[in-house]
Amino acid sequence: MAQLIKGKTGDWEIVIGMEIHAQVIAKSKLFSGSATAFGAEQNTQVSMVDAAMPGMLPVLNKHCVEQAIKTGLGLNAVINETSIFARKNYFYPDLPQGYQISQFEDPIVGLGKIEIDLPDGTVKEIGITRLHLEQDAGKSVHDQHPTKSYVDLNRSGCALMEIVSEPDIRGPEEAAAYINKIRMILRYLETCNGNMDEGSMRADVNVSVRHPGDELGTRAEIKNVNSVKAMQQAIDFEVARQIEIIESGGSVVQETRLWDPVKMETRSMRSKEEAHDYRYFPDPDLLPLTLEEGLIERLRAELPELPDQKKHRFMSEYGLSLYDSTILIAERSRAEYYETVANDNDAKLAANWVINELLGALNKDEKKLEDSPISAAQLGGLIALITDNTISGKIAKDVFAEMYTSGKSADVIVEEKGLKQVTDTGAIEAIIDQVIADNPDNVTAYRSGKDKLFGFFVGQVMKLSEGKANPAMVNDLLKKKL
Amino acid sequence: MSLEKKDVEKVARLARLKITDEEATRYGTQLSNIINFVEQLKEVDTDNVEPLASVVDIKLRLREDVVTDGGIQADVIANAPESLEGFFVVPKVVE
Repeated sequence: MAQLIKGKTGDWEIVIGMEIHAQVIAKSKLFSGSATAFGAEQNTQVSMVDAAMPGMLPVLNKHCVEQAIKTGLGLNAVINETSIFARKNYFYPDLPQGYQISQFEDPIVGLGKIEIDLPDGTVKEIGITRLHLEQDAGKSVHDQHPTKSYVDLNRSGCALMEIVSEPDIRGPEEAAAYINKIRMILRYLETCNGNMDEGSMRADVNVSVRHPGDELGTRAEIKNVNSVKAMQQAIDFEVARQIEIIESGGSVVQETRLWDPVKMETRSMRSKEEAHDYRYFPDPDLLPLTLEEGLIERLRAELPELPDQKKHRFMSEYGLSLYDSTILIAERSRAEYYETVANDNDAKLAANWVINELLGALNKDEKKLEDSPISAAQLGGLIALITDNTISGKIAKDVFAEMYTSGKSADVIVEEKGLKQVTDTGAIEAIIDQVIADNPDNVTAYRSGKDKLFGFFVGQVMKLSEGKANPAMVNDLLKKKL
Repeated sequence: MSLEKKDVEKVARLARLKITDEEATRYGTQLSNIINFVEQLKEVDTDNVEPLASVVDIKLRLREDVVTDGGIQADVIANAPESLEGFFVVPKVVE
């Protein structure tokens, strides 16, 4: 469902390709043995290799290579047995080498594809052009001094995967769905934590517009979009800017533009104009990377069930809707939690309780599932009590609230508070008799045709039983008695 | 192939080298000579030859993912013309 923009000269189609930089989860850097943890004191996680001291040589991290391969497999992509590291030359104070070691003509991962889920419930395929390994740069701090920048090289040399998409994305919604799906896959694979706030995942967005059916238009690359929301805003702004230029007779310039989240606009980064002449060449310090035999197959065998596989399995195995499945598989830990709850229980009921009650309560308290006061086994216990009629669904909500605050298990609470559902016909009949005796006027009115009063009797019986009477039985017995 | 002065100036700019007009002309001649010499290689037919990334027939060695380095802040910034509280300090670079 390509979203079209109405212009003065007809409809415009948005064309987007994305480059996602994802920091690889690894203890040490791509080419050196210094640490990668976030938030360390400046320049304490820097080796002489990362500081680019003369004579230092890079030695490739095996784990990072495996992480890239796993990710490639997760993107349904071709893994290249041989890949080559190349130098990308440019100058910037946070790049002490004067070049970034990256991969150019021969990346470790080639063509792939993923499915994205759109808000209208449809699924669309987005092509992956490639994934390559490269070094991250350091970090500059600009706001501490009027005329100076401070440079911290802790991030210098950390391993990044750059994931490049085909220009298959057709608007801000699809762009959001794409980045969310990539993030989900990376987190399932545990190859990147996907944390956009800490910069562990960053996206550059290539945006162009065209009339449907035309050749691709000239694109602008937008940098500095560090949240999904900022990305969508930047796309909206950029699309409007380009349409305006073309419709007033101008032409879009191919350039790098910076998103300004305060002014809500993109602006040209003139300094980048010449920097695009990167003069790539194979890094003479590194031999071509040749994967050992059987490595790809070994890693393929180790892959966890991926989000889309899980989604389809939840639908077929548990009979869940696409909507519920999509919510439950959003995080691997959430899916695992659900499966524990659903174990030996009514799977749909389990899905309702996890999504509506538990996730709702956690969301309200801004808590993560990991911090849930109710364990999956405990929630499963509560659902078992509903299913075997020990308690009613209504009482279950009270028990849930109690579990949430006290951390106690459902059966303990039900026992302590005497909340067991009354399913004894005699006991319910006694209550009904009581209600009938107390409300002779209403009984007469009901018997003379005021059907609506039935609800009143149900309410009275439930009230007298303190909510413990089995509602289905109350209905049946009341009908007989009245 | 001969390298024009503007090409020399562009290469110098990309490499952040400041050269004079006179140098640009002189390097232009010298670089053109070098390129012409290397261009003799074009006489060899390489149509079906893979580009060569390395001349040695050994595999790239990999290392295990263990932290073995770092924690040498003072050494890292020791040669910096200017530093403050463990940061390198450079002229302001901001877009």
